[in-house]
Amino acid sequence: MVIMGRVWKFGDNINTDLIIAGKYKLSITNIDDLSKHAMEALIPRFAEKVSRGDIIVAGKNFGCGSSREQAPLVLKHIGIGAVIAESFARIFYRNAINIGLPALECKEVHKISDGDTLEIDLASGTIKNTIKNEVYKVKPIPPALLEILTEGGLVSYVKKHGKLPW
Amino acid sequence: MGKTIVEKIFSLSSGKDVYAGDIVVAKVDAAMAHDGTVLLAIEAFEDMGGKSVRDPSKIILVIDHVAPSSNEIFAKVHDAMRGFSHKYGAKIYDVGSGICHQLMVESGLVRPGSLIVGADSHTCTYGALGAFSTGIGSTEMAAVFMSGKLWFKVPETIRVEINGSAPPMVFPKDIILKVISIVGADGATYKAIEYCGETVKNMNIDGRLTLCNMAVEMGAKTGIIEPDEKTREYLISIGIRDYTSLKSDEDAEYSKRIRVNISDLEPMVACPHSVDNVKPLKDVEGKEVNQVFLGSCTNGRIEDLRVAAKILKGKKIKDDVRMIVIPASRSIYLQALREGLIETFIEAGCTICNPGCGPCAGAHQGILGPGEVCLSTSNRNFKGRMGSADAEIYLASPATAAVSALEGKITDPRRLFE
Repeated sequence: MVIMGRVWKFGDNINTDLIIAGKYKLSITNIDDLSKHAMEALIPRFAEKVSRGDIIVAGKNFGCGSSREQAPLVLKHIGIGAVIAESFARIFYRNAINIGLPALECKEVHKISDGDTLEIDLASGTIKNTIKNEVYKVKPIPPALLEILTEGGLVSYVKKHGKLPW
Repeated sequence: MGKTIVEKIFSLSSGKDVYAGDIVVAKVDAAMAHDGTVLLAIEAFEDMGGKSVRDPSKIILVIDHVAPSSNEIFAKVHDAMRGFSHKYGAKIYDVGSGICHQLMVESGLVRPGSLIVGADSHTCTYGALGAFSTGIGSTEMAAVFMSGKLWFKVPETIRVEINGSAPPMVFPKDIILKVISIVGADGATYKAIEYCGETVKNMNIDGRLTLCNMAVEMGAKTGIIEPDEKTREYLISIGIRDYTSLKSDEDAEYSKRIRVNISDLEPMVACPHSVDNVKPLKDVEGKEVNQVFLGSCTNGRIEDLRVAAKILKGKKIKDDVRMIVIPASRSIYLQALREGLIETFIEAGCTICNPGCGPCAGAHQGILGPGEVCLSTSNRNFKGRMGSADAEIYLASPATAAVSALEGKITDPRRLFE
């Protein structure tokens, strides 16, 4: 599975209210309507600006705060192909895998700039920066989780295999 | 090798001898979801072909985030919850019952030694009774509905030892804000925090719930406190006598040990826009506030209401300031009513709302406008959380909340003694 796209760079501690604010989550259940507000407090009309396959690159503790699965869901829905961060809040990480949004931990995110283009190879766990011609290492996704991810998330996994992975 | 209480709970729930770092599939003793997260779980349950739930007695649904519904969409969500509950036999707490975490605790659904998951990040609260409880997502909650099990990585534990007796007007909220300022917003990610020390030993269950509730603000998977005599007394008061009392071994391994002495601690405030942006109150004293919120799963319990009511008794809150008071559950509401606290709040000019999450989650009952400042006893001050992204949220104790409402600005509650 190879993901290619433009980088949108964010800082540390991007919390779930910044990804999708509670006021929207608690008044909109339609995912198309909800997704329009993704990351809007940081980048106005972010959802419109993103192209399919674009990649979010962030610092520490991405997705901290609420357990809302709508956070990775809106990012996936607007076309984000993967989130790369120095570290993730644990519930966001679980949710991302479960809904089929690749979440990759990488200690070299500081080398990546907004607007760079990345190629991510999930199987080998490498990120290639095609603008800067650099290669970064990612922390490997545990095999059991990679299987859920490559099936497109937990629901798709169960539909395909007829049972839960555990 | 000795085990932490967390390793013991996972050994029990997985039926294996496990330590931090092991990945286990564990049996879940209770699974909770609320109106903010349950719809995705119900949809995933149906998408995965769910025909029945593993054990309906272990599934608890709570209508608390938008309760009563503030829009048609959430009226439909609530209806779907009632439908799911009737179809599969899951327990439901309807509008007005209170906040999920308080209901789980006071209804006896949390027992020491048990493993509980909730589709809410503040599920970590139940560690106050010696349970391992943690927040999960909606899709995996659907899997728990189906199987009664979930995979976990047994977390390492950070031991936070708190000693000393709190000076006047310093409360568990000030203590946990101090701890958060030391650990940081991601200092405990993937880890459990075990609180111990004489301060914790002497703290009642309401205060312990406040400590454990905010563990996730340091990234922790849970906050936990060994059950002791105070736990036993509380459990007896709600009719529970039968439970497994687990404690950490003397030679258990901790990833880190932190010691905090609170004998000289001052009232603390978490400033916008992150919970670890903690300052001594004196650094922000005088900041004008438009709204004060007393409530939430952090500080909406009877002790919190008592502290605030004592300060507000016979006084009026400042003109142009609104103070919203929300008891965390119906039983707390009734208790406060019987003690005359509600009368005190109303006479002081406060607005009382029905038990639930109120404005904390940004749905209703006190949404902030642009430029407004709110002092809140809740647990998160993220940009935009309670309404406008141009509003500011400060987090503090119920005492600080009450005195700040009287003055119309952030005020040190110790000034009451001047």
